[in-house]
Amino acid sequence: MPACPAGVHRLAGVSLAWRCPLFASFSLDSPGVGEVSRRDFVRFCSMAAAAVGLGPLAAEDFVKAAERGAKPSVIWLQFQECTGCTESLLRTSHPGVDELILDLISLDYHETLFAAAGHQAEAALKAAVEKNAGKFVCIVEGAIPTKEDGIYCMIGGRTALEIVNDVAGKAGAVIAIGSCASWGGVPSADPNPTGASPAHAVLKGKTVVNIPGCPANPYNLLGTVLQYATYGTLPELDEENRPKFAYGRTIHEHCPRRAHFDAGRFAEKYGDEGHRLGYCLYKLGCKGPATHANCSVMHFGEVVDAWPIGLGHPCFGCTEQKIGFRMPMHQTVQIFRPTPPDTYPPINANQGTISPVATAVGGAIVGALVGGGYVASKKLSQAPDEPPSSLPKAGV
Amino acid sequence: MGITRRTALKTMLAGGAAVAGASATTTPAAAAPLEAPADALGLLYDATLCIGCKTCVVKCQEANHLEPDTAGIDARYNAPLSLSAHAKTVIKLYKGDEGESFMKAQCMHCIDPACVSACMIGALTKGPNGIVKYNVDYCVGCRYCEIACPFNVPKFQWSSNTPQIVKCELCRERLADGQEPACTEVCPRHAVIFGKRADLLQEAKRRIAAEPDKYQPRVYGETEAGGTQCLYISHVPFDKLGLPALDDRPAPELARSIQHTVYKGFIAPVVLYGALGMVMLRNRRSAEKPEA
Repeated sequence: MPACPAGVHRLAGVSLAWRCPLFASFSLDSPGVGEVSRRDFVRFCSMAAAAVGLGPLAAEDFVKAAERGAKPSVIWLQFQECTGCTESLLRTSHPGVDELILDLISLDYHETLFAAAGHQAEAALKAAVEKNAGKFVCIVEGAIPTKEDGIYCMIGGRTALEIVNDVAGKAGAVIAIGSCASWGGVPSADPNPTGASPAHAVLKGKTVVNIPGCPANPYNLLGTVLQYATYGTLPELDEENRPKFAYGRTIHEHCPRRAHFDAGRFAEKYGDEGHRLGYCLYKLGCKGPATHANCSVMHFGEVVDAWPIGLGHPCFGCTEQKIGFRMPMHQTVQIFRPTPPDTYPPINANQGTISPVATAVGGAIVGALVGGGYVASKKLSQAPDEPPSSLPKAGV
Repeated sequence: MGITRRTALKTMLAGGAAVAGASATTTPAAAAPLEAPADALGLLYDATLCIGCKTCVVKCQEANHLEPDTAGIDARYNAPLSLSAHAKTVIKLYKGDEGESFMKAQCMHCIDPACVSACMIGALTKGPNGIVKYNVDYCVGCRYCEIACPFNVPKFQWSSNTPQIVKCELCRERLADGQEPACTEVCPRHAVIFGKRADLLQEAKRRIAAEPDKYQPRVYGETEAGGTQCLYISHVPFDKLGLPALDDRPAPELARSIQHTVYKGFIAPVVLYGALGMVMLRNRRSAEKPEA
C-alpha cells in the first residue's frame, strides 16, 4: 500500500482499494488485489459517458486520456454549504465514487474526504494548486459570505473570499456545484445576514460553470469534469452558464407524472386520493414546469424514483436562480411553454355569455347617457345668446 | 318651397324601376356553377383515422409562429376551444348519439370563398392553387370576412395592437419551400393528407367505396357551398362535426348577385345621384326665385 501524501480516508459503505489518487493505475493484465482491470475500467468509462450523455466514443477517449495519465486534478473547496452535494456524489455507483476519485479524476483536495487535517491539509491544498496551476479544475461547493469582508466563513485563518479568489484564480476551469455555489442557495435566502454570494458573483470575469441543484446531480458534475479532462473544453452552456446537456429541458417535459397533468388529474392536498394514486403535483406547488434540470430522467444514487417528484413531493425548483429558496414552497408557477391537454373542445364550444344583469346595467348606462344628452341639448338651445353677467369675461 | 310630394315619389319610383330592371336581367347569369382550378390544392381529413393527438395543432402553431392559446379551458394548457387568433387548426371531439369522432377544423379553402367576396379591399384573395390567401398590407380590420364565412373560420387578433386576420393559408410559405403543410407532415396516421383536390376527391371516393359500411356515403366539400378544396369523410353525420348543411350554391352568391346587380354598369348610382342632383338643382332655383 503506497503512502499517500494527501490521504483519502475510507468511507463507510464505499469499498475502495486503498490507493493514492495521484498514483492510481490499472493493470492491463489480470488485476491484482485492489486493482481495476482494463475491461472494468472501460466499462465504467462507458457508463460515465452514457450517464452524462456524451456517447460511446467519449468512453474510449476517457480511457485513452486516463492511460496517458491525463487525469484532471480536482480541487474541491467547501464554504457555506451542508456537504449535501458531496454526499450525493459519494452515493453514485456507476461509476462509484472510488472509481471516480481514483481512476477518472485525481481528487487532490477535498475537506470531507481528507484524512489529513490542520496544517497538513492546508499544505496539501497549496501543493496541489502549485503543481497543476492553470490546469486543475476548481469545484466550489457552497456560497461565499461577503459581508464584513467575508468573516463569516474562515478556513485556516483565511476567509472564503480570499481562498476562492486565490485558488479559482489559478484554476483551468471553475465549476460551482450545488445551488449555494451557483445562486447563493439557502445561505442567501432572505434576509441573507452574511451576504452569501454565488461563486460567479465573487469571481468576476471568470467563466464559472454552474451545476445547480440541492443537491446537484453528481452525473452532471462528472460529465462536465470528464469532458474538460478529455477534450479540454467545457460543455455547451445556457444563458445562466448551466451545461445544456443537463439543464436544457424542464422537469415537466419528461416528468413521469406528465400524463396526469395532461389529463387534468391533480393531487389537491398531501395524502388525498389523488396524491396516493400518484397524480400530478402541480397544484401542490410543483415548480417542474419552470425548472430546467434532468432530475426527471436521471434519478439520484441510481435508485429508481429517488428524486422529489418520485417520492411524492413537488419539485422545489432548486436549479433555478429565481425559484428555489426564493418562491414560496406551495405557490404554483407559470407554465413554461404550455402544451395541449388530454381533453378536447366540443364541436360547438360555448365561449361565454352575457348575463341578463350585465345587459340591464349596460342598458341603463346607455339610457342615462342618451337622456342626459337630450336634456343638455335642450338646455343649450334654450340658453340666452349673452353669457350670464356673473361669469368673468374673457381676458380679464 | 322644396320639391313637391309628387316629384319626390316620381323620382324614387324611377330609381327603383331602374334597379329592378337591371337585376331582372342579370340574376340568372350569376348562378352558374364554379369549377375548381385544375391545380387546386387541398386537404382530405378522414375522421375515422384521427386519434386526436393534436400534433397538427401544435405543429401548425409552430409553423405559423402563433403563441399558445391559454385562454381556453385553463391557463395551464395550450387549449384553443375553437379556431382562434392563436389556432389556425384545432381538433374537436364529438361525443353523442352517433358515436364519437374527432374533427379537425381549419379553413376550407372554398372554390368560391365568401370571405374573398366580402373583403372590400382585396386583402383576401384566391391565390395560385386556389389557396385563399391573406395580405395584411391591404387589410383594414373590418372583419367582414369573419361574418361572411359560413364555416366561421377567419379570426381577428383582438388582443393585438396591430391586429390581423388569422386563418389557415395551407402553409403557403412552406409550400413555396417545397414542403407540405405542417399538419399533414406531422400527422402520425395520415388522417389528414395533402394533395391536389381532384386526387383527394378520388381517394375519398375510393375509401368510401371500399368500406361503404364505415363511412357516410358522401364527401363533404365536394359540392357544399359550391365546393371546397378541403374535403372531409367521416363515420358520423357531418352536421354532428359542426360542418353546416349547405346547398350547392356558393356562399357569396346571393349577396354578390344583389351587389353586382346594383352596381351593374354603374346604372343605379348614376340614376340615384342624377335624381339627387336634380332635386338640388330644383331647390336652388326655387330658392333664387324672389318670394312671391
